[in-house]
Amino acid sequence: MDAESVAWLRALREDREAAAARLHELLLQVALREAGRRAPRLRITGPELDDLAHQAAADAVVAVLAKLDDFRGESRFTTWVYRFVILELSSKVGRHFWARDGVRLEPEEWGQLPGRLGLGPDDRAEWEETMSALRRAVEERLTPHQRRLFVAIVLNGVPLDALVVELGSNRNAIYKTLFDARRKLRAALVADGYLQSDDAVAP
Amino acid sequence: MTDFSALERFLQTDPRDVGCEQALAVLHVYAEFVASGAEDPEGRFAGVAAHLAVCGPCGEDFEGLLGTVRTPPGAQPTLRDPD
Repeated sequence: MDAESVAWLRALREDREAAAARLHELLLQVALREAGRRAPRLRITGPELDDLAHQAAADAVVAVLAKLDDFRGESRFTTWVYRFVILELSSKVGRHFWARDGVRLEPEEWGQLPGRLGLGPDDRAEWEETMSALRRAVEERLTPHQRRLFVAIVLNGVPLDALVVELGSNRNAIYKTLFDARRKLRAALVADGYLQSDDAVAP
Repeated sequence: MTDFSALERFLQTDPRDVGCEQALAVLHVYAEFVASGAEDPEGRFAGVAAHLAVCGPCGEDFEGLLGTVRTPPGAQPTLRDPD
């Protein structure tokens, strides 16, 4: 383990309060900079965004202190703790969207999908049949849970981390559900001749 | 002829994709590996790389972590980050 990581661990165990304050200072810098990096895509600015960064840094310090014994030295200690604050920031942003915009699980916004997939109005006649087949597959091949998540994320543009809050779930469970849904939809479109065949299995 | 490549990419699933949980568990290790300029990170961490390429939220987290590792707080940005 590198000397700086050893020093951090020792300080957080032997002089916890002072070291935790230094850790908070470090993570706050990371959170503020990361929030700024994401700002153009978030539609959150100014004090509101700074507040999310402060919350993320504070919660990350608590999480790091609680999991200190889990650190195995696979990376530098600082890299390990950066991960905590970045994941906390994502979680705070997801919760912010959930509270501000709500989560629309229905009705479906099918009209937006062709544009997002780069399909323009000029060749509508060519892609309309494929889009109809996709819609049919969503309605007939997906389970109600898969359909619900597909509609929310793919059609209605709900951020995945906001859906995590709404459903009391976690990112991995939602991703896995969507992964399986995408696989089913592709298989249906391949079977009906709309897409070319390719193999895919679950993670 | 209509270009369905975006639809193809969206519905494509990679069998190596490890999912969010496993990818996030080693994100710090992978970020340091990539930042170090070590050879073939996508090959060494194939399942993680496959996941980060298609999962928007995890990809965003990785970009943030990688940027922080390359330019830690207090460090001055270099003219050119090593890729």
